[in-house]
This record gives sequence, structure tokens and C-alpha cells, in this order.
Amino acid sequence: MPVMDFHELEPAAAEIIARYDRTSAAMMPLLSLVQEQVGYIPPQGEQWVSDRLGIPVAHVREVVSFYTMYRTKPIGRHHIQVCTNLPCVLRGAERVVADFKERLGIDVGQTTPDGRFTLSSVECLCACEIAPMCQVNDRYAGPLDRAAVDRLLEECR
Amino acid sequence: MAFEPVLSRRFGNAEGTWYDAYVADGGYAAAKRVLTSMTPAQVTEAVTASNLRGLGGAGFPTGKKWSFIPKDSPKPRYLVVNADEGEPGTFKDRYLLERDPHAVIEGMLIAAYAIGSHKAYVYVRGEYVEPYRRFTRAVEEARRHGWVGRQVQGAWDWDIVIHRGAGAYICGEETALLTSLEGGKGFPRLKPPFPAISGLFGCPTIVNNVETLACLPPIIQRGAEWFAGLGTARQGGTRLFSLCGHVARPGVYEAPAGVTLRQLIETHAGGIRDGRQLKAVIPGGISAKILTAQEIDVAMDFDSLLAAGTMAGSAGVIVMDETTCIVKALWTAAKFFAHESCGQCSPCREGTGWVFKILQRILRGEGHPRDLDVLLSVAGNMEGKTICVFADAAAWPVQSYISKFRGEFDHHIREGRCDLAGNPAVEHADAHH
Repeated sequence: MPVMDFHELEPAAAEIIARYDRTSAAMMPLLSLVQEQVGYIPPQGEQWVSDRLGIPVAHVREVVSFYTMYRTKPIGRHHIQVCTNLPCVLRGAERVVADFKERLGIDVGQTTPDGRFTLSSVECLCACEIAPMCQVNDRYAGPLDRAAVDRLLEECR
Repeated sequence: MAFEPVLSRRFGNAEGTWYDAYVADGGYAAAKRVLTSMTPAQVTEAVTASNLRGLGGAGFPTGKKWSFIPKDSPKPRYLVVNADEGEPGTFKDRYLLERDPHAVIEGMLIAAYAIGSHKAYVYVRGEYVEPYRRFTRAVEEARRHGWVGRQVQGAWDWDIVIHRGAGAYICGEETALLTSLEGGKGFPRLKPPFPAISGLFGCPTIVNNVETLACLPPIIQRGAEWFAGLGTARQGGTRLFSLCGHVARPGVYEAPAGVTLRQLIETHAGGIRDGRQLKAVIPGGISAKILTAQEIDVAMDFDSLLAAGTMAGSAGVIVMDETTCIVKALWTAAKFFAHESCGQCSPCREGTGWVFKILQRILRGEGHPRDLDVLLSVAGNMEGKTICVFADAAAWPVQSYISKFRGEFDHHIREGRCDLAGNPAVEHADAHH
């Protein structure tokens, strides 16, 4: 069960809000803070940000739904995001996606039953010099061939 | 004379050029000179004389942009750094943030002084975790050494706030970036008013790209005339070109602004991989109009590429060899634009979606003879009809790919398959379908 107590985030929230010349500008960093804490942004997290900033929760939800990096559901421990934009496609991104699907036994957008991996396809991550590439949590990896995919998955185990 | 790198000279430090190394290489001397011996007006004059153009992609003269800041406004002024690199095929700002972050900070200090700003916000794309970490470390170093904070060189108070994005291409558009920074979804705003008059929090704001700012210390140190002399008549300096796709050596290559596309591909990036033939090139990020293999003797400066019917944009060069299916390439671009349209303006929201669906149908072998005309008509109804240029950028590939490779599209529609299928050179499924 994820931690839903946002009180312990208060000191960090106060520090973030103080950085900005307008309180509303703390919206994105506060949402990121919630996501770091819980693993995704639950409705309670949206409500906390709303209360903290004095902004209607509908506006908070609007922001959460606009940006692809905000998640409203839990994901696997290792989030594999394969770039499927043109520079990576030119160098074999679709084969890389197929390799991940086969190795993990899941489709794009799914999480393995053990909760270990989530597979996504994303637009350009601006690392085309290592195409075809992917992002695993915070880290960029590429160029990827079948052996590199296997190595990457091995490192995550 | 051998080419002397200006922006990439410290890129050899793959783990980052930190404070001591930066200072040992002459770092912060330009900022010191600016703060102790130049007026803000003199700095702006030097930047104007250097012919520095905005290297995020728009190519607007930087000195001129700065000059739009009202002289008499009682409001605070903001410097906002666009580090929301997202144009497909472009990765040069990542190199600057990771390998030479102090060059960006020094450039920011020079810009902040010139426009009279005491607070700078740096908007870093959310996926750039390592660039964010390194840039943050560099800002901490600069703060410790008295380059950020109160009374820098006894002359300037300023502070830096690093703000992280959360995955939206549109936030690289400067007004969308400001809306996003203010805490909203990234919707672009109508211009005018331009950000220099009413930008962040309704205050005078200059939004500059990372690479543009990194040009400032060398301009001050070595002179505007020297910098202007490196480029063309109307664009000074060098540029960081990102080369990717089917070249032998993808990477960031610095070259004078007026280098030709052929030189970049054949000399810098080692030519086409595996000795194959060039088919097409996108010279300035995925939004730029496509060029055929016969059109690569063009110079890469803003004006030459505009005259050639395309644009220099972000200088992200995407190279495609003979194994590339152009219909598939356009479908891939259309997928991107349909995904990233912010949805504010109907022509863009609807247009990008329908362009993608029609191309999907053609690619599946279910194209209709009328489809190409419909695509061109939709593209025509997107161009120039929306708040920002995203819709134009989505329309240009449609128009240029179809006009330059119409036969390939016709073939797909008529035969229901790709005419590369029988080509023995095509051994990869990668650029194919």
C-alpha cells in the first residue's frame, strides 16, 4: 500500500513554494514530489497539491492529465520507455520494442504480473546518437540490439 | 586553417567540466569583464554586432530580442532558459548541460545583466535526469564561488531556479513554456504581447535557448567581430549540429553556421552507413521540410535553408538512406505530431489526428486515390491558422514528403504495398513496415 500521508512532504513543499515568485508555479514540482513519494499521483495527492496551492483540484487534474510523465496508476519497478520516433525507427526501434515484448511477455502499456517491469513507447528522448534507445527509470540506454536488451533486463533483475 | 571549436571545446570531458576545470580554461573571465567594466547597453550592442541568432530553432537575432525589454517598466524582469530540448533529431543542449554546464551559467549571468534580470528560471525537460543533476551541481558550485547570489563581482544580485518539465513537446515553444512554468498545462499564448513585454507572471521576460546562451562568453571574450566572422553575413558563429539516422557516425558536430549539409553528412558524420546511397535528409529537426539527395549542397545557416524551401530549425539532421520507406517516415512523423498537439486550436488538434489516420490507412494498403489530395488540403488548412507554429510544423512534412516523393505514395495507394519490398538492399525491417 503506497504511503498516502502527505504531511511529511510539508517541509519540502514549503521549500519548493518559496523558490517561486508566484505560488501557482510550484504546481509541477509539487506533483513530482507526490509522484516520487507514492509512485504515481493518486486523487488524494491532487487534493493535497490543490490545498497547498489554493488552486481548485480540477485545475490540478487538468495539469496531471496534460503531461505524459505524470501517472495516475502504479507502474512496475523498472519502467522501460522505448523511443519510437523517426531517428530511432530508422535504426531499428520497432525491432527493439518487439524484443522487449517477447522477453517480458507483455504488450506496450502493460506491466509484468510480478510488478517488475512496465513497457512503454515514447516520443523522441533526444538521444538520437545512441539510437535505437530507451529510458529505464532515470537512465538512458542505447544503442540497443537483442543482446543489449537482454543485458539491460538482466541488470534490472 | 584548422577549425577551432567554440561551443564544444570541453565536450571531451564526458563526465562534465566542473568549476575548477572551467575556470582553468578561462571560464568566468567574460562574466567578470561584463560585470566590472561594461554597461548593460554595451553588452547588448556587442551581442547585436556578433550576429548571434536564437539557436533553439527560430533564428531570431538575440540582441534584437533583448532590446524589446521595456526600459521603464517597474516590474521585475525574468530570464528564462529554454532547456526543454525535444525536437526529434536534436540532442545538442543535452551535451552542453551535461558536459559544459558552467558555460551555460556564465552565459546566463551575462544575459541577466544585459536585460536587467535578477532571477532566472531554467526549464529542463523532465526526461533529462542526468543533465538536470549535472546542471544543478554546477549551479551549486557557481553559488559557492560567488557567481550566483548577492553582489556577484560586487555588481549584480541574481538567483537561479531550476524547473523540471514533465513530458510535453509543446513546452519548448516559448509561450507554452511560460504557461507551463506558471503551473498550467502547456498551452501557447497569442503574440503579441511578446514575452519581452508580458512574459512570465505578466512581467518582461526573455526566453533564450541553452546553446544561444553558451555563445555569450566567447562573444565577450574574443569580440563580436570575431564571432560574426565565423559565420555568414547574417548569422554569426558556429553551431552544434546533431546528426542521426543512417549516417556512419551519429553525434554532435560543431561547424561554422555556413557549413554545407553535404560536408556535415560526408565529412563529419562519416557518410552513409554501410556504403549505401543517400535518399533524403531532414535538416532542422522533424518539423523541417525534407530535402532529396540532390539538394544537399545547401549551406546550413538560417537564411540559406529558408531560401532552399526548408529551415535550419534546431539543426537536428535526420539522414535517410535508400532503404527508407518515405510513407513510413511520414507516418512516424505524423504519429509524433498527433501525440504532441496540445489540443488548444481546432485546426491542429483535428488536423494532426486526421493526417495520422489517413497515413495509417495508406500504410495498411487501404489507401484511396483521393487520400493525397485530402492530406494536402488538411495540411493547407493547418498552416498559419493557429496560435503557435506547431500546426505549421506538422503541415510542412506532409507537404514536402508528398511533393518530393509523390510516386512512392501513389505506389503505396495503387499497389497496397511498398515499392521497396522487392529491393534487395532492404534487409532490415527497421525503416520499413
